[in-house]
Amino acid sequence: MEEILTVDRISQTYQAENGELTALDDISFTVKKGEFVSIVGPSGCGKSTLLSIVAGMIRPTYGRVLLQGEPIEGISPHIGYMLQRDNLLEWRNIYRNVVLGLEIRKKLTKENEEYVQGLLKAYGLWEFRDKYPSQLSGGMRQRAALIRTLAVKPDIFLLDEAFSALDYQTRLAVTDDVRRILKLEQKTTLMVTHDIAESISMSDRIIVLSRRPAHISRIMEIPFDNPELTPLQRREQHPFQEYFNTIWRELDVHV
Amino acid sequence: MSMYNQTAAPPVSRERAAYLQKRKRKKYMIRTVQVSMVIILLALWEILADIGVIDSFIMSQPSRMVKTLLHLSENGLLTHLGVTCAETLVGFLLGTMLGVGLAVLLWWSKTLSCICEPFLVVLNALPKIALGPVFIVWVGAGVQAIIVMALAISLIVTVLEMLNGFLSTDEETITMVRTFGADRRQVFTKVVMPSNLHTLFHSMKVNIGLSLVGVIAGEFLVSKAGLGYLIVYGGQVFKLDLVMTSVVILAVVAALLYQSVVIAERAVTRKISHRN
Repeated sequence: MEEILTVDRISQTYQAENGELTALDDISFTVKKGEFVSIVGPSGCGKSTLLSIVAGMIRPTYGRVLLQGEPIEGISPHIGYMLQRDNLLEWRNIYRNVVLGLEIRKKLTKENEEYVQGLLKAYGLWEFRDKYPSQLSGGMRQRAALIRTLAVKPDIFLLDEAFSALDYQTRLAVTDDVRRILKLEQKTTLMVTHDIAESISMSDRIIVLSRRPAHISRIMEIPFDNPELTPLQRREQHPFQEYFNTIWRELDVHV
Repeated sequence: MSMYNQTAAPPVSRERAAYLQKRKRKKYMIRTVQVSMVIILLALWEILADIGVIDSFIMSQPSRMVKTLLHLSENGLLTHLGVTCAETLVGFLLGTMLGVGLAVLLWWSKTLSCICEPFLVVLNALPKIALGPVFIVWVGAGVQAIIVMALAISLIVTVLEMLNGFLSTDEETITMVRTFGADRRQVFTKVVMPSNLHTLFHSMKVNIGLSLVGVIAGEFLVSKAGLGYLIVYGGQVFKLDLVMTSVVILAVVAALLYQSVVIAERAVTRKISHRN
């Protein structure tokens, strides 16, 4: 498989009044097309900073990010970013919410609208298109947010602690839902999370970061016998606990 | 109101009926007390003036105020009322529009807002009425000075209130639109302004009152017409009936102006926002 994303020797130093703070220290990895990669690490280690750099929202102090061979400078239209909350705009109905990205990019063409309508139909939101976010369940809202990002046809999805605003049960269901949709749409995904179990249940590969200044302490393949397992099914499989323990120990060493 | 209210009402349990009954009774009780208080006060005022305990020449009297009201066209109250309302509306509209405009500018440039902050704080604390004589010299004695007065009183409050609202817009939602490549203008029109509609209306509610304060203060200083003029004039010639009637009309005007903003808010909110 071809490499779609290359993170090349990224370092990030913050300047603050009381001194310098090194958040990221020489981070390099690649993501292949169609892969689901997670980044886990202790809280405050700079995971989200790393994702913001990949998204082009923060310029790294050193290093560069290549997306399909092109260096990322500024917010790239090839990237779809999802945050902790769904951030649906309460004053817009679902349809006007999911076309928001297209509207901002001035790409609200007939063709793109048809694509969005197809997504809404495929993922069961078509009947809700005239409803407002407050009339939808948490899971439905998350799905609408996902479609809003899918609508701009990004090459790579970045999930920044996505779903962490949901309660645990909803979160499990949404995780299943999102993983299924991303797989169907054959999207490459890079996810940041502090939830080890969540990362194992969803990922092909996990990058474990150390405490600050964060460097990569390990990159783990997460193979399961059956590649078609959903995140919930994965949690019941034998290797799940083994992977969990390995990552747990990896994180523990540095605590 | 949600759309679900239109479905057939479910059968009401006895506890619910009792609860609703209790709430209704409480509401009536409060209304009754409010109305009675006004009636009792007016009655007392009337009777005490009649039997001479209070001097109706100094204190006026409800019946005399009613008489003044009935002769609106002769004593020109209607014209004065119109002048005051017009000045208040102009001051209000100018104050709101300029205030929102300046707030947008300050939101746009963080540096600019940092530079302006101490001046805004001082201007906000300064009693604007003190500037009255200055305004008269600057723009001339007349309606202009009154409108500038109304503007001065409502402007800074609007700027501070709106800017505060803009700056407390949810950061994550702003980040969300930025990830789609939104520029500063789009961030404002798609997120910041729509999520601050309530701030705008709150600011308008405060403004309509402040603008009226500014107009009356302006009319006290310099005017040939208006309720403020009438009050000053009535005081000078000891026509307390006129003064008291004007004050009552002013109270009614203030309430009506406020209420019209509330009605506008309700209409807009119903149309745009769908929170429950």
